[in-house]
Amino acid sequence: MSRISDAITDLHKMDMEAGKAGWLQGIHPLPKLLVTLIFILLTVSFGKYDLSGLLKMGIYLIVLFVMGDISVKLLLKRMKVVLLFVCLVGIANPFFDRKLMFLLGELEVTGGMISAVTLMFKGIFAVSASYALMVTTSMEDICYALRKLCIPKMFVTILMLVYRYIILFLKETERMTDAYMLRAPGQKGVHYKAWGTMIGQLLLRSMDRAQTVYDSMMLRGYNGEFYLRCKHKAGNGDYLYMLVWTAVLTFIRAM
Amino acid sequence: MHMADALVSPAVAGTMYAVSTAAAAYSVKEVKLEDLDRKVPVMGVMGAFVFATQMINFTIPGTGSSGHLCGGMLLSAILGPCAGFLTMIAILAIQCLLFADGGLLALGCNVWNMAFYGCFIGGFLIWRMMNKKRMTKGTITAASITGCIVGLQLGAFSVTIETLLSGITELPFTVFLGMMQPIHLAIGLVEGLITAAVLVFIYEARPEILYGYEQADEKAAGRMSRKGTVTALAVLALVIGGVVSLFASGYPDGLEWSMEKVAGTTELTASGGVYQIAEKLQSMTAFLPDYAFKASDSAAGTSVSGIAGGIVVLAVCFGVCVLIKKVKRTEG
Repeated sequence: MSRISDAITDLHKMDMEAGKAGWLQGIHPLPKLLVTLIFILLTVSFGKYDLSGLLKMGIYLIVLFVMGDISVKLLLKRMKVVLLFVCLVGIANPFFDRKLMFLLGELEVTGGMISAVTLMFKGIFAVSASYALMVTTSMEDICYALRKLCIPKMFVTILMLVYRYIILFLKETERMTDAYMLRAPGQKGVHYKAWGTMIGQLLLRSMDRAQTVYDSMMLRGYNGEFYLRCKHKAGNGDYLYMLVWTAVLTFIRAM
Repeated sequence: MHMADALVSPAVAGTMYAVSTAAAAYSVKEVKLEDLDRKVPVMGVMGAFVFATQMINFTIPGTGSSGHLCGGMLLSAILGPCAGFLTMIAILAIQCLLFADGGLLALGCNVWNMAFYGCFIGGFLIWRMMNKKRMTKGTITAASITGCIVGLQLGAFSVTIETLLSGITELPFTVFLGMMQPIHLAIGLVEGLITAAVLVFIYEARPEILYGYEQADEKAAGRMSRKGTVTALAVLALVIGGVVSLFASGYPDGLEWSMEKVAGTTELTASGGVYQIAEKLQSMTAFLPDYAFKASDSAAGTSVSGIAGGIVVLAVCFGVCVLIKKVKRTEG
């Protein structure tokens, strides 16, 4: 199934990007996570007609993508998912909000048109910021930052485990679906008669695997906690990164 | 149904983060009270399983389209609502971070719309309610379908409310709601059917994995015991005979009503030797004539009549059963 192979490839690519040695990759995960959250928060706080103000927030993304040498190819792919729903919600705005804002030559630009475009830019900016964070920060580092933010260790451990086993399960699911499709050529999906048995078998195997994982973790001295460590300690540069961006973004928002 | 960051205002996002955090904190506390060490790796592996299987397309017969698994309901039916909820949050966080499916700021909304309703309403209230006394294929299927439909309907409703409160769309509330609810009704039905198929398979293969199976099994076993059944029936008979009989209608029953219409009275008198002997015999044996004490109109008489009647009927039934059993043994 191409969808599963795509997901596996994307995960590998993102892992590789995050493991690269670069300027952004070298910044401590906690300031990076906080700056991303601040950026998204300020971005969505713009009014529905404040397109010009919102566009100025793009400065952050331009700096990040250029200085961090981040590839936009993968970003464009995941943009499709977000923009679909955003467009669905925003598409009605030009029809319901017909308030004239200004004239662009002969064209009457209404409030609905501006709010729809603003909504789309908000979506694009928010996804780009999250993407920039993920391609420059490994999941282990994100989990470390979450622990620093006092997120319960149980939740962080679950997050880590889900992430670690995703590839494994995706590959197993792909093998099963490939085998099924080879025996059912021309069929669009899994036939309803096989719904229970196919996923049920996988689920039972997963439960057995979970038991094996638990046993092996216990043998290695697991006591309910994963010890996360960051590759580097937070230094002055990391704090400066956070302070500068917070100041710049707040200034843009306040303008 | 994943909401993007652009669809929520900071105020709505903050509120939804707060309520989702409260639910997550409660879940962490509840899971800690259970077997923490054993549960966490299982939750991690199950999370990865749900994540992977949600990518499988299931053909919907007769439509040409496909659906996928309902994660919250499935996880709750296996791990329990609290552990399932935490696992769903991890799945949603990874979907948001790695696949841009839902936003970082809208994570609180997505957790509430998809994990909370799926796990606590579908997986806790509905699953537990339907499978509490007895777990069968029918109850599992009914709970899965109802849970998925209700969970998705509530989720879709919340998406509408959150988007409108954020002031994002110009769509009127009813139009937006009219777009969201019907489509999620169909999705909920399909997801419910897929989830039911998987859970029924698990029930047949390894039922002990299912959440609440052991308690339901114990209750079902208890209900099947002769002692329990007889006690329950006896109590029921006493309650109905002693209490409910007080509220019995004072109007004539169907036959009496017909007689009254035809003959003008509900009590027909007959003359003749046989009739007199029968009447005499009846007055001797009937210690509670007309469901009351002799020459008394007290309510206690009605209650005692009800209880005594119940006991006599039980005794007669028991006697007949013992007799039939004895006859069968003799024949055998």
